[in-house]
Formats: sequence, structure tokens, C-alpha cells
Amino acid sequence: MTKLNYSDVTPKGVFLNRRKIIAGALASTALPQIGFAKPLDVVKSEYTVDGEITPRDAAVTYNNFYEFGTGKGDPLANAHTLTTDPWSVEIGGLVNNAGTFGLDDILKDVTLEERIYRFRCVEAWSMVVPWIGFSLSELLKKADPQSGAKYVAFETLYRPEEMPGQKNSRFPYPYVEGLRLDEAMNPLTMIATGMYGEELPNQNGAPLRLVVPWKYGFKSIKSIVKITLTDEQPPTTWNLIADNEYGFYSNVNPEVDHPRWSQASERPIGGGLFAKRIPTLMFNGYADEVASLYSGMDLRTNF
Amino acid sequence: MSMTQTQRLNQVVKTVSAWPIYIVGVLPAAWLFYQAVSNNLGADPLKALEHQLGEWALQLLIATLLITPLRDLFKINLIKYRRAIGLLAFFYALGHLLTYLWLDQQWWWSAIWKDITKRPYIIIGVISFLAMVPLAITSNNLSIRKLGPLTWRKLHQLTYIVVPLAALHFVLLKKTWQLEPILYLGVGLLLVGYRFWRKRLA
Ligand code: HEM
Repeated sequence: MTKLNYSDVTPKGVFLNRRKIIAGALASTALPQIGFAKPLDVVKSEYTVDGEITPRDAAVTYNNFYEFGTGKGDPLANAHTLTTDPWSVEIGGLVNNAGTFGLDDILKDVTLEERIYRFRCVEAWSMVVPWIGFSLSELLKKADPQSGAKYVAFETLYRPEEMPGQKNSRFPYPYVEGLRLDEAMNPLTMIATGMYGEELPNQNGAPLRLVVPWKYGFKSIKSIVKITLTDEQPPTTWNLIADNEYGFYSNVNPEVDHPRWSQASERPIGGGLFAKRIPTLMFNGYADEVASLYSGMDLRTNF
Repeated sequence: MSMTQTQRLNQVVKTVSAWPIYIVGVLPAAWLFYQAVSNNLGADPLKALEHQLGEWALQLLIATLLITPLRDLFKINLIKYRRAIGLLAFFYALGHLLTYLWLDQQWWWSAIWKDITKRPYIIIGVISFLAMVPLAITSNNLSIRKLGPLTWRKLHQLTYIVVPLAALHFVLLKKTWQLEPILYLGVGLLLVGYRFWRKRLA
């Protein structure tokens, strides 16, 4: 086991730059979380990608998390008031080992590892993020799914007092997402509790979130409080809002456009004004690992 | 505003010419572009630039539509600045379009073609922009003389579709119904509605 050094995963410029920010953050405790969070002990994993890691500053300041507002900077501005301790996750449905588990309970049996994944937003931008966490399958195995279980449903916290975007919104909160059980058990599918060597900042979905790297980012539900095993395909929030734009699967697919933009290429975030577009890869580059999950399916109708 | 204040304001307008508006008006665009180049507009400077130029274009267009009701309802006469404001609106819309073509799509013509033939919000934006072109070209005294004031005025009524379409473009590009673009659309429709209401009275 090699212990991962924080500077291993962050370009040096960014690393040094952050010292300035930290100095500022120390001056006020109520500041948005842009500086250091608690560092985590992690091991490196085999999961990595070619290409540069997105500067941390970009990954923690440019977020879609509508519970804190619809602007990209709103989560950073508003999420620091979210209480993430204590936190528990209710695991139920078609499992033999249902219950409500505290975060420490969940983390005590797993080894946190760093996995560098591509992250592709449905809005045609992308990042490369060093997540920290463990395979969702480890958690599901502990819950012991029954033989009838075919899907996994996830739910984000609903707490309008701390999530201003949930107040007076016509958005059907709480945010819900779902996976087929075999997708959920795929070793790539992870629960992340950290990124860039530290605990997750609130705006990135603290204290624990899903990361499914071959699907559009909105499938990777944040700040999870509930996981339910079901025998029917669970509802998913964006699909409820616009089922012609967002399907249940939402696999990254350069050949199937979103009605409002092409999915054939993507803009890497963090490279400045003149960053070149790059071609989007089938299943976001994870075809070897996941294409077999969809063999025989028409990915145009099951988008 | 009391009568005397209005009169004083109109007096000031008489002494201040329109040309500085062009200079002052392009400065924010230059500053914004500089900020984008020097990476001071957050993690996604391209979208920041694209959005800001589009939003300023829309605001300037709305400003041109405000001139007449201000005169009708409040006796404030800013008509001499209308051309400058309208041309600036076009300048910002052009900057917005160039940002899209150059920095967003990076001259990737097949994707651009798909956008402007398939995607409703882009189609609407393009129509709105194309309708601005003859207005910008004819925003000079020579054109008024050549076309004759009546034809010229008819042509410039294209503004009444440019503004609602630009605002609709804004409404449709958001993933959910959002207040800000809907407010723009509401204000745009109100101002255009006022024109038709006024015409019926006249
Ligand atoms: C020439 C055709 C046009 C094209 C191709 C175009 C394209 C775009 C694109 C790609 C976006 C950003 C969408 C995104 O969020 O990714 C956008 C946003 C916008 N555009 Fe346009 N546009 C056009 C014309 C116009 C015109 C004429 C106006 C106004 C006068 C306008 C006003 C806006 C506004 C206000 C926004 C949103 C800004 C924000 O989100 O704050 N656009 N446009």
C-alpha cells in the first residue's frame, strides 16, 4: 500500500496557488469551502486515465447542484452551511440487512482508495477527477440484496433550511436517481467520500456521493441519505422533468445527441478560454468495462 | 420626477452628444475579453464570456425599446441616444455570435450546422440575430434618406420580433424554467405590447 501524497494528484501550480486561498480561509470560518478540507488516508488504485487532472480549483468551484442554486457558482457560495455531521444513510427495500447506518459505520469496513476518473457532464463539458472512495458493491454486499432485487434507487438529502434551492422550487425534490443492479455492482461504480486527497467539499456532494464514470454527471447523485433495492425501475429526477431529454440509462454516448446540444465532443474545464474541444468517447472511455452490460440493447431508444 | 427635473434632464441631454456612448459602450466588452483571456472569469471563462455578451446584447435591446415609453409616459427624451444603443446591442450580439463560433464551437462547421438546423434555441437566436443585421446596416442618416422615413420606420419595427426572440432564446437554453430569462421575456413582451397598444390609440 502506498500512501498517497496530496501533491501527487494535483498539478504543482494549483498546489502552490492554494496556499494563498488557505491563508484567506483561515481568516473566516464561515467562508465557502475552497481551501483545505480534512486530508484523508488513501491508497492508490489501478484506476487512472491518460490526460491531465482538472485543477482542483475548477472542480470545487464549478458545480451543478441545484439544491444550492442553478448557477455554476451557487453551490460554492451556498453549500458551506450544510450540516454533514452527523450523517446517516437508510438502506432498505429488497435486502436482508436493512437499517440506518451512520457514516462511520459505513466507512469502518472499507478501504478508501483513490481513483482517477473521467467525468462527463450532459452539458458537454468534462473534468478528470481524483475521487476517493470505494466500490458501491461493497456496501450493497453488506446490505445483502434479495434475489428479487433488480434496481438500486438513491435519494439526496431534503433539507430546505440548509439547501436554499429547495425552497419555493418547482423542481420535484428530493433528487432521486437509480441504477440497474448489475450497473450498481460493476466495480467502476463507486461511493466517493473525498477528492483531491481530502474529504468532499459540500458543493461536490459531501459527505458521500455516487460516481458512475460512464454515465452523464447527473446520474452521480450527491449527498445521499437513502438507498433502496427494488424490483422495478425507479424514477429519476431529470427523467421526471423532461423524459425526451434525459433517459434512465444516460450512458455517455457521442452518437446520441441531447436535443439541445451535440454530445460528440466536450470542453475540458480548467484549461482556460482557448482550451480545445476533445472528442467524447463511447461510455466515456469505459467501453471495455461496461459495454457488455448493454449488449443487445438499442442505445438510441434506451438513451 | 417633477416637471422641472424632467426639463432639466432634457436640457442636459441636449448638450451631451451621443458619440461617447460608442466608446464607453465597447469598454466593458474589451474588459470582459481581457478578463477571459487572463483567466479571471472562473473555471469556465468561455461560457462566462458567451453568456455575458448575450445578456448585455439583450439588455441594450430592451433599453432601445424603453426610449419611446419614457418619452410618452414621463416626457423624458433620450431619442438621440437610441441609434448608439441599438448599434451597441448589435455589436454585443455579434461578439456573442463570434464567441460561439470561434471559442465555443471552434469553427467546427458540421456541429455548427447541426446546431443551427436542429436546435430550437439556436434557431431562434439565429433568427433574432439575422433580423438585427438590416437594422444595424441602416442605422445611419443616409439610409433614412434613401429609404424614406416611412419605409425606414417599417423596417425598424423588426425590433419588435428581435427582442422577444432573443429573450425566448434565453428562456429555452436553460435546462429548467428559470426566473431571470422569463423576466426578460416578460419585459420584452410588455414593451412590444405597449407599441401595439399605442398604435391602436393613435
Ligand atoms: C446568432 C445566433 C446566436 C447563437 C448561435 C447563440 C448561441 C448561444 C449559446 C450557445 C448560448 C449559451 C448556451 C449555453 O448555456 O451553453 C447563448 C446564450 C445566450 N444568448 Fe445567444 N446566440 C445567438 C443569438 C443571440 C442574440 C441575438 C441574443 C440577444 C440579443 C442572444 C442572447 C443570449 C443570452 C441572453 C444568453 C444567455 C446568457 C446567460 O445564460 O446568462 N443570443 N447563445
